[in-house]
Amino acid sequence: MTIELIAVVAIGVCLLIGAFFMFVGVIGMLKFNDSMTRLHAPTKVSTMGVGALLLASFIHSYTFGDGSLIQLLVMGFLFVTAPISANFFGKVNLHHGSCEPPPKPIQDETWATLNVPEADREIVVQEDA
Amino acid sequence: MSLATDFMDIALMIAFVAVALAQLLSMIRVVIGPNTGDRILALDTMVVNAIGLIVLLGISQGTRIYFEAAMIIAMLGFVSSVAYARFILRGDIIE
Repeated sequence: MTIELIAVVAIGVCLLIGAFFMFVGVIGMLKFNDSMTRLHAPTKVSTMGVGALLLASFIHSYTFGDGSLIQLLVMGFLFVTAPISANFFGKVNLHHGSCEPPPKPIQDETWATLNVPEADREIVVQEDA
Repeated sequence: MSLATDFMDIALMIAFVAVALAQLLSMIRVVIGPNTGDRILALDTMVVNAIGLIVLLGISQGTRIYFEAAMIIAMLGFVSSVAYARFILRGDIIE
């Protein structure tokens, strides 16, 4: 009886936390004024918001039913794939030039793989032969 | 016990309203987004909100079919947003 009571209260608290974070993340996505800062807010939606909602449904399925582990699977999938898609959205912003470009390298003129000096080219050829 | 169940029902109603409102607000960002990156980001957020709505529906009805639908929608949302971003970046999806 008491364990069931604690579980029901935990379900309610997790639902409120998840709803709060989803709403706040979307408000941040609407109100920020730069593309890269807009990228920051919805990560809270896809980790804390959906994570708390899935935790609530996990506790609910073990309290009122026979339990299921699919919620943990969905949670793990979302936690793994959210940074990958955020990285792709950052690349899209860099590609469109809608943010500041990344800083130039300090000492060299170019990045490492773009313009190989003459001496290094001979070394590469020798290693291939 | 009945007080705690009432609290859970009220929290479920608040969560339904908040997540549905978040879905509508991210739709506004899809419409007014100045760049393509903002539109892709808002579509990805809409997919995550749809997963949240399906999970809330599964809690309120007490069946476990909805969670498999949520799993499929999570996979489809990730693949579609990555495909959209790659199409913007490379001009082609499968090279």
